Amino acid sequence: MLSRVASNLYWLSRYVERAENTARVLDVAWRMSLLVKEPRLQDQEWFAPLNITGTLFPFSGRHSTVCAREVLHFMALDPENPSSIHSCARQARENARAIRGAITSEMWEVVNATWLEMQQMDEARLAARGVSTFFDWVKERSHLFRGVTFGTMRRDDAYHFTRLGTHVERADSTARILDVKYHILLPSVKDVGGAVDYYQWSAVLRSVSAFEAYRQSYRDVITPLRLAELLILRGDIPRSLLFCVQQVNDMLALVRNDRSAECLRQAGRLLAQLRYGRIQDIFAGGLHEYLTDYLDDMQELSTQIQASFFSPALAG
Amino acid sequence: MPLQKFYNEMVAEDGGVRAHYRAFAEWLRDTPPERIVQNRQAADLLFHRVGITFAVYGEASGTERLIPFDIVPHVIPGARWDRLAEGLRQRVTALNRFLHDIYHGQEILRAGRIPREEVEGNSQFRREMIGVDVPGGVYAHIAGVDLVKNADGEYYVLEDNLRTPSGVSYMLENRKMMMRLFPELFAGQTIRPVDHYPDLLLEGLREMAPRDVENPVIVLLTPGHFNSAYFEHAFLAQQMGIELVEGQDLFVQDRTVFMRTTQGPQRVDVVYRRIDDDFLDPLAFRPDSMLGVPGLLEAYRAGRVTLANAIGTGVADDKSMYPFVPEMIRFYLGEEPILANVPTYLLRNPEDLAYTLGHLEDLVVKEAQGSGGYGMLVGPTATREERERYRQRILDAPERFIAQPTLSLSQVPTFCGEALAPRHVDLRPYVLTGREVRFVPGGLTRVALREGSLVVNSSQGGGVKDTWVVD
Repeated sequence: MLSRVASNLYWLSRYVERAENTARVLDVAWRMSLLVKEPRLQDQEWFAPLNITGTLFPFSGRHSTVCAREVLHFMALDPENPSSIHSCARQARENARAIRGAITSEMWEVVNATWLEMQQMDEARLAARGVSTFFDWVKERSHLFRGVTFGTMRRDDAYHFTRLGTHVERADSTARILDVKYHILLPSVKDVGGAVDYYQWSAVLRSVSAFEAYRQSYRDVITPLRLAELLILRGDIPRSLLFCVQQVNDMLALVRNDRSAECLRQAGRLLAQLRYGRIQDIFAGGLHEYLTDYLDDMQELSTQIQASFFSPALAG
Repeated sequence: MPLQKFYNEMVAEDGGVRAHYRAFAEWLRDTPPERIVQNRQAADLLFHRVGITFAVYGEASGTERLIPFDIVPHVIPGARWDRLAEGLRQRVTALNRFLHDIYHGQEILRAGRIPREEVEGNSQFRREMIGVDVPGGVYAHIAGVDLVKNADGEYYVLEDNLRTPSGVSYMLENRKMMMRLFPELFAGQTIRPVDHYPDLLLEGLREMAPRDVENPVIVLLTPGHFNSAYFEHAFLAQQMGIELVEGQDLFVQDRTVFMRTTQGPQRVDVVYRRIDDDFLDPLAFRPDSMLGVPGLLEAYRAGRVTLANAIGTGVADDKSMYPFVPEMIRFYLGEEPILANVPTYLLRNPEDLAYTLGHLEDLVVKEAQGSGGYGMLVGPTATREERERYRQRILDAPERFIAQPTLSLSQVPTFCGEALAPRHVDLRPYVLTGREVRFVPGGLTRVALREGSLVVNSSQGGGVKDTWVVD
């Protein structure tokens, strides 16, 4: 397929996924802040979404205080913030619009209708509708997009690049969520058996829709070690690192070309690390250090994907 | 030509409903108004969701707009259409013969039937095409012929669009919308289908492949998603299952056209291009074009790729060439024209100029090379100042203008708010030429939504209707 189209498909699904992940992160912050009674401490929760998305710096450039209202606006609605949900919806739609001929009309309708509705959204409407309702809506639109993709798209390279984008983005996002919350997973700062920890951990699980999966997998109380294992090393959890990287490998194998050897090698190495990794070793070496390395590797892989498949120099 | 009265497509002179509109009129009578209102809103919503919009040039804010869709169809009796179709076939065949002739033996010029300078002095005449053989001798693979019905009930050709005629996606989507909203209308009568248009188009393009391969690679070349007709480009590519490419996706090597794919270069056989000649190849035409493909003309001239439409078709649909089309039909086909031409004054001729300046309030004056209804004077509805300003423009460069009597375009009832009111329409059938001439019955009906307006262009407040050929 056309390199330009492949690139648009890949970014289309990345932006849809990014919007969903941002909604998930904000939703958790929102729920957690409701648990904290003291207003000053409530605001503490709102650093996390900024840290996860790496937007604390641009945020502080324009806002003097970190609080629910400001962060919510910045990350959900602000058109000036390129990683806000608003901007993701716009960029997803721009990418889809540039390749109308390569996606099914149902896919286009979902992306387009999302953007049309997103434009109607402002602070007043967000408040009136309920913050959580809005996040649910974003998640539903993303679910709908994936469902329509799954249900209507021919199983050709267009489909593979779309899936690739979803999982590259998600592989990145889950790691970031874990990384920002890594301090609450460390035994040294553990407030043993405290209710706050329980809520924090369950919030992390819920943010990646893995709360029930945890219960079913371990049938036991939540511990940091298992939580990290579930989200990093379990191959049957659709938002775990292993699962996402496995999907990335599967898709790359399907679209491979005579320039993609290095890209596939890097993806394979990452997969092997996850598949044969042990959570005890990861904690021994430092969870934060592990995730930092992983995120660097993902960044490098994403550059390789760009060079192997989308770069205009490919066939020139 | 009679000027005053308008032909109403639905209602006859005696106030009765014409036979071919009867089924629709009965449906309209029996359908609760709420349902119609509801469905009209549903149509707007659906068009927005599907994204059937067009970009308006020169508008900073709303770069995407919806073309208003009216639910009252333009109905044409089957027998009437069949006659029209004959006329279209004849006209487009002659135009293709003409294009082949002027780039080869120039018989028609040597026979003195068209002044030589009229052709060779035309800015759309492409010397690069002289002596170039194109597959099947076909130049205008896709033609959009604009027709209007005058007060006398006769159809007239307003112009032949032989470059990159647009609008066919609206024809297809309008039909889909009507069937979705009012399926009962289609159950009760025979309305000829149009949705096989993409198949016919693809078939014609495949026949024009320059090499004998089982599956020629066909692409649709678009200027990109900022173009006003981008929706249509994407829509057609998708319907035909061909790649929608931009200039940057193609490159030429060894006079062969390739597209850049994730699997490496792939050879391209036929380019259905929706980019004007001037922008096709920066090496041959406008060097500042970012939309085209360097070396495309050379590959084309070498017969290694087919362009649809061919380069240089603009000389035949130019408004200054229009008056000669009936002559082309007589010359190449030895037949009398079936479709009538509108009498046209070329203001380059002193007597035509004098007549036009004396009758500005009766005439429509247009630029010979303009399109989209921009820069046009509709004498009867223009103000005195507008006419005087236009007079100055004409006097500055008379050769750039033509004038025609104001046709009293026929009218079709149209929803204006809650009520129906007559509005002027035109009709653009799409004529496809491959090894044979093909079309779907009907075409795109455009309607001037402003009361009294004769300008149907979407950029100028026009809307669209479904077009029914009924048996």
